[in-house]
Amino acid sequence: MSVFGKDREAFGKFAAGMALPEFDGCSFNTPKTLADAKVAIVTTAALHREGGGFELGDSDYHFETLPSDARDLKLGHHSVNFDRGGFAADINVVYPIDRLNELAQDGIIGAVARHHYSFAGNQSDGVTEIRLDSGPQCAQEMLNEQVDVVLLTGT
Amino acid sequence: MCPRTVCTLAHVFEAAGLATIVLTPMRPVAERMGVPRALYTDFPLGRSLGKPSDQQFQLEVLRAAFALLEEPEGPVIRDFPVSVSFYDSQPLQCPLPPRFNADLHPAVDEAQALKAAYDRARQASGKTSLGMRISAEEVPAALEKFVQISNGEPWEILGFSAESIYGTVHDIRCYYEELACELAEGPIGPWATEEWFYDQTQAGDIILQARRAMRDSEVAQSVWFGLAPAGRS
Repeated sequence: MSVFGKDREAFGKFAAGMALPEFDGCSFNTPKTLADAKVAIVTTAALHREGGGFELGDSDYHFETLPSDARDLKLGHHSVNFDRGGFAADINVVYPIDRLNELAQDGIIGAVARHHYSFAGNQSDGVTEIRLDSGPQCAQEMLNEQVDVVLLTGT
Repeated sequence: MCPRTVCTLAHVFEAAGLATIVLTPMRPVAERMGVPRALYTDFPLGRSLGKPSDQQFQLEVLRAAFALLEEPEGPVIRDFPVSVSFYDSQPLQCPLPPRFNADLHPAVDEAQALKAAYDRARQASGKTSLGMRISAEEVPAALEKFVQISNGEPWEILGFSAESIYGTVHDIRCYYEELACELAEGPIGPWATEEWFYDQTQAGDIILQARRAMRDSEVAQSVWFGLAPAGRS
């Protein structure tokens, strides 16, 4: 049995001891009313389509673009210690694209973005590359599509 | 690690002018990083929405997440009131095929017999995560190599590199865990497919045997360790 993710005490110690970057302050934007807002998903589950994908290790900081209607997605999170069964059974447990569509149909959210985005969760300790390069690029892609709210899911 | 990456992206996106909400199973990381908005979900890693194939539960999580947009200022972290634990789940109830070809190793025979189930699973879900190193058709032959390793054959002469042997096991697990979702009765609990694979299938057993054989013959730990989750022997 893998202890990772099953042993709450070990999990807590792992979280408490993780090296984390520091940020000067915290930007905090208030979006338009949710019923008028366009929502995009950004996940660090390394999701990708056939032909895309992420390298093993912690040096792949690029992001993949996921069209809103794509369901032929692969889970690129390759760790042997990762529970893959949830995603195999239902992509929405990591990437709740069908749930967003339902919320949009019910008028709870304004719209679902045409594009969503995926990064590899395993990044360098300083996370410099996604802070300075691919993260801002991804933000610009979403701003270009007039996204208001980003839902971030990890693994 | 994912929790650090997802919180970093929240800061980056918010600085660019977007409003963000993080779903995180690691509250301490969100706290220490001061993310603008976070919903702490006491769910197993890899299950951001808590329960696969449970539409209502997933919608409840999303409603709680979007409610954070009503907070006047941040950083703000709220707790989702329902936990999902590995220890609350039931073992996977998933039938395995009887022996068909006694001339084959049981793991190879098993993998061949399960191909139709894998194909059905792929057809039903429209996706597969298999394909890092091998195709579904190559799974039985790949398992034959692990039979050879378990019998003392040096792993290097079987065409593996350190990276490809890891990727091959990844693909074998995908093959089994995806078809298990098609065959299993009841919900797919946290870690249930992984435990089923290593504890109940011939394929999982032969990979563990091969891993032990590599360990005992003093192959570099970096090669064999990742063939099974940490904590398995």
